[in-house]
Parts: sequence; structure tokens; C-alpha cells
Amino acid sequence: MDKHDALRAVLEQYSAVPGSLITVLQKAQDIYGYLPQDVLREIAERMDIPVARVCGVATFYTQFRFTPVGKYFIQLCKGTACHVNGADTIARTIAEELGISDGETTEDGLFSLKCVACLGCCSLSPVMMINGETYGSLTPAKVRDIFETLRKEAENDA
Amino acid sequence: MLEIKVGQGSCGISAGAGKVYDALQAAIAEKNLPAKLSVTGCIGMCFLEPIVDIYNGDKLLRLVKVMPEDAETITQYVESGDEAVLEKLLVSEQDSAFLDKQTRIALRNCGIIDPESLADAVAHGGYAALKKAVTAMTPEQVIDEIKTSGLAGRGGAGFPTWFKWNAARQSEGGPKYLICNADEGDPGAFMDRAVIEGDPHALIEGMLIGAYAIGAAEAIVYVRAEYPLAIKRLEKAIAEAKAAGYIGEHIFGTDFSCDFRIKAGAGAFVCGEETALIESLEGQRGMPRLKPPFPAASGYWHKPSNINNVETFANVAWILQNGGEAFCAMGTEGSKGTKVFALTGKIRKGGLVEIPMGKTLRDVIFDIGGGMRTDKAFKGVQLGGPSGGCVPKEYLDTVIDYKALSATGAIMGSGGMVIMDESTCMVQMAKFFLEFTTKESCGKCVACRIGTRRLLEILTRICDGEGKEGDIELLEDLCQRIKENALCGLGQTAPNPVLTTIRYFRDEYEAHIKEKRCPAGECTALIRYEIDPESCRGCSLCSKKCPVGAISGEVKKPFTIDPAVCIKCGQCADVCRFGAVRKV
Repeated sequence: MDKHDALRAVLEQYSAVPGSLITVLQKAQDIYGYLPQDVLREIAERMDIPVARVCGVATFYTQFRFTPVGKYFIQLCKGTACHVNGADTIARTIAEELGISDGETTEDGLFSLKCVACLGCCSLSPVMMINGETYGSLTPAKVRDIFETLRKEAENDA
Repeated sequence: MLEIKVGQGSCGISAGAGKVYDALQAAIAEKNLPAKLSVTGCIGMCFLEPIVDIYNGDKLLRLVKVMPEDAETITQYVESGDEAVLEKLLVSEQDSAFLDKQTRIALRNCGIIDPESLADAVAHGGYAALKKAVTAMTPEQVIDEIKTSGLAGRGGAGFPTWFKWNAARQSEGGPKYLICNADEGDPGAFMDRAVIEGDPHALIEGMLIGAYAIGAAEAIVYVRAEYPLAIKRLEKAIAEAKAAGYIGEHIFGTDFSCDFRIKAGAGAFVCGEETALIESLEGQRGMPRLKPPFPAASGYWHKPSNINNVETFANVAWILQNGGEAFCAMGTEGSKGTKVFALTGKIRKGGLVEIPMGKTLRDVIFDIGGGMRTDKAFKGVQLGGPSGGCVPKEYLDTVIDYKALSATGAIMGSGGMVIMDESTCMVQMAKFFLEFTTKESCGKCVACRIGTRRLLEILTRICDGEGKEGDIELLEDLCQRIKENALCGLGQTAPNPVLTTIRYFRDEYEAHIKEKRCPAGECTALIRYEIDPESCRGCSLCSKKCPVGAISGEVKKPFTIDPAVCIKCGQCADVCRFGAVRKV
């Protein structure tokens, strides 16, 4: 099933269910990896909600993205425990190693960085999550090792 | 047969528990060992993860910091029955005291049962309280029992649970809805995640009892999208409970029917506020509504609704089984039962701590948590996240009680306790929280949207060394106005971190403003790095490491840092083996 068919199936299921806009946006993002403009328009049309409101809801929540993300999606925790245990140092290491800051993607399309409020793994702080996997008790050296491993993995995949 | 349980909460898994499980599974299959391997939730001793529990009849052998290669040692033990081989892995007596000193009600089954097995939950008493409620009690009797217990909302506000339930029960119209707030957004709190990941049936059962009490036809869990494992386990638990008839039509053959579903949040801290959560459930931006009307009268789809937090619901089944009196017997005059705290930061033994109300902060931080992890002294504890405050060491003997904690300027909150040592700058701490609330303000009311931004600007100025005479008073005045005028709890409590740090650490603010000095050495603009010529051996390591070439010198002679070029990244201090680079 191609992406558009998948989106249509989601809209088929939910367009008449009141209050399901956020669920539809979540499923659309699962399909496309982000929320392209024409997808937002199609959702608005099929659910009979003004585009402005669809965009209003989508931009309100941190989960939604409007540009494609890299192969590796890094979520760096900026929660209180991580802050106390040096999340800023980790952010600096990521900036040095990858040359990206919050919300950016590397030129080669490999890594994207998003700073998030709290991943709830406070006892392992500082923490980051890459594609759903958590990496804890980070140090600059550990972060460099992780990127090295992922770069090699990406090379092998290609 | 031996039972081997691997603690697999999110934090256990990221510490490597998944790999340990795989290694054990392979070893058991390969040698056809007489042991049953299973998964359990968060045991709560996060500082010792990954943890493997071996149950030999009634005897428990707890192994800590287990690595996949330790599967071999465990195999040896299973084959020989010789406990001595496990010695290196066994938890120390001192560390097991971490759990022994707790009283677990909300977490009663966490780390004991397999969260993905309904049968295991039922074997540990699951759904017995629901049966009792729907077959032997009227909804009013259930509400009365909760009233006797003195249970209050564990999400932060501490409002009596029975009162909300009763109000929703008395409201006319329908259908009614029962909602669980599992949008645990406070940075530094993870008890709700632990309950859902470790004992999802306790939540489902508590919610069904609540639904019966208020007369709701549908129960909804609003859970953070950032908790994928919790969602997965809860989904599975709901499906199993449905199949077994605990959810659906005619529960336990009675007239009580209740549907159950999950709604994944999409990332907005303000959705922890109940009316914002309702807006979000309806597919809107999560912006709070004006109260009254309260949700009990007009909530989800403007129908009577009741919203409680995960930990609150997790206590309900226990209360019905053991009686409200038993719950009420624990705690203080105004705060009953137990409370779960997430202990993190610069603490030696971080993890989940459930203790009766009435213990002191010192009991939790030093007696159970083992004190500081670093060699620096305890400076303060941050309670209640962005809505709470920082409490200094002089208040360590404050008892855990809604009123007593509020009197310090902090709040009980959801139970996050972040421990700070002397290297944490309190102005930075306040700035950190304001960065958070500014980002998370929904924008509906001016006091919060603009007020928090102005607070952040002033705090940033102070941290950058550009603080002005009168800034402290300006902050205090602005805080007061935001508290008085903001629409919802987020805005009304956003100034708390600023007010408490000013109240207890005013000298630190003054040092930043008047002396342009950061006593904790955290504000980059106010510190500089120097090389002590006495200690420097001239190894040149720092100069090689410096990303901007600010360090120069001749090998075997003292090096120097050019302050005009230095970006104060601190890497030189990190690499120096002689402690010659100093932050001043």
C-alpha cells in the first residue's frame, strides 16, 4: 500500500469520529515521517475542518513536524534531572560533532536533533533517545562513540 | 521450579535489561534449565539496573547491575543450586534497605508481577476489589470508603478524591466520563510511567471502580506519547481485561457496563491541566477553559466528567480491599496514605520511593536515597517540577504533607524530587524552569504568555552578568502579578521556582547582580578558566584539546589561557590530569 492509500484508509476510519483530529495527525505523521502541507490540506478537506484550525492544532503540539527528519532522530532530554547532570554539555557535544542545534538536520540527512522536555528516565540522566532507543548516563565521549557506530551502520545499510 | 524475573521498565531496558533477558533466554533454552523466565516492571532501584530477581520458593535472590555475560553465572547457579556463585551479583544489605524502608501501596505489584500477564495480576489480587465494588457495594458506599481513606489527588493539587467523585455522581445528564490524566509532563517525575509499565491492571481496576462510583459509561486514559512502552503494555492489558470480561458489558454479571480506551497525547505540558486535557481529548489545541463550570458538571463534550491522576487510581483497589481506615491510619492529620517520589539528580540512590506521608525530606533523601552522589554538599531539593520550588538544607526536616510543603513555597506536586549540590546555580535553575514554562505556555492569557517571557528575560540578563539593581524586586513584583492573574494552574504556579530561589538563595542573586559573580560556577558569562602555574606540568594536553586555540605555552613549562579567545567550554579542565586548570 503506498503512503497516500494508507492516509486515505486512516481518513476513512476517522473522518466521521468527533474529536479524532489529533489521532489522524499522529497516524499521518507515522505514514509520512512528518506532516507535509498537502497532507494537512487533505485532512482538513476530508474532516471538514478549516485548514487554519488543522494547522493550529498541529503546531500547538511538540510531537508534530513539518519538515522531513534524518535517518536518525535524536531526542535530547532537557528535563530537570538531565539539566542538573549536564544536558547542556551533551547539547554542546552534539553541536560540535554534527553541527546541528535543536530542530535541525545534518546536510547528509543522517541526523536530526530535537530537544524534549522529559523522557522520564531521570535516573539515567543525562539521556537521549535515538529512533525510540534510550541512551543513558551520557558523557561527551559516549555520545561520540554512539554517532560513530550509527554512521558505520548507515554506511553498511547504503 | 525457579522463577527468574528481569526488571524491564523503560529505564531498565535502556540500562541493558533487554539484552540480559535475551542472554538468559538463550541459556535456559540451550541447556533446558528448570527455570521460568519472565519480565517484570520497574523495581524502583534505578541506580542498580539492570536487576534480575530469582525466586526460589519464598526466597528471593536479587541480582544487580547484571550484564548479559552474567547469564553464565546464573546458569551455574540454576544447575548447582550453590548460592555462593552469585555472590558478586547479589544486592548489598545496605542497598536493599532502599526498598525495605518503603511502604508500597500504589507500587504494590510493580517489579513483582509480569505486567503483560492478566493471570499474574489476578493471582496477586487484581480485580478482586472491582468485584467487591460492583457486586457488594453501592456507588455511594464506594465513595464513602474513599472518603474514609482520605485519599487526595496525587497529580499535584491534592484535592479530595471522594469530593470530585461525588460531584460527578450528583451531576445530572449523561453520558458521564471517567478520565485518567497520564500526561506526566513534570520534568523529573516518572512514577506514573512506572505504574503503567509495571502494573497496568492496577490503573485499569482503579478506573473501573471510579467509573462505577460516578456512573460513567466510558473510561479514557490520556497518556503521553513520549511513553511508548507504557502505551504498549496498557493496550495489551486493556485487550486482556476486555477478553476476560472485566471491561465491557455486564461486568461480573451486574448492570454495570463500561468501555475503556487510550488516547495518546501529542506533547503539551499544559494538557496536565484538566480542562486543557479535555480540549485536547476533543481534538483541539490544549487550552484551558474558564472554571467554573468544573468538569464534574461540564467536561468532556460538556458532559459530567471526572479526572484523576494515575497514582490516585492505583491506590483505589487497595483501599477497597483493605478498608479506608487502613489507608487513613497512615500519614498526618491533613495528608493520608502514602506518596510516591521520583528521586533523581545528584543523589546516590536514585529511583522510586513510596513512603507514608509524615516522613521528612531528610528521611527520603538521606536515609533512603543515601545522600549525595558527588563529594559536594547538599544544596537543595527541587519539589514539584516547574510548579514547585527549591527547598534548602535548613528545611530538610519538613514533613511530607500537603500543607507543610506548601508552607515552604514549594508543593507536593506529582512527586518529582531533584537533588542539587553546590555546583548547581539557583538563578540558572529558576531560568531553566522559566525556559520550560515560556515554551509550554499555551498563549491564551496575557499574564502567563507575556509575564513568563519577561521573567525569563530578566533571569537571562542576570545569568549573563547584566543584572541591574532592582531586578530582584522587579522579579518579585512580576511573579505576584502573574500568580494573581493567570488563567490556569500552569501560569499561577510558574513563578514558584523564581520566588523560592529568591526566598532561600537571595545572596546568590545578589552575587550575580552586584559582584557579577556566580558562586556555583555555572554561569558561563561570570566565570573564567585559569591555569595554576604551580600545578601545571606543561604536558600540552589542554592546548591540544582546546577547540579555539586559546591555550599556548612551551612543553614542560606552565601553559596559559588567553581570556579573549577562550569560549569557556571547560574541556581543558576535564582533560587536565593534574587539576591545574581552575574555574574562577
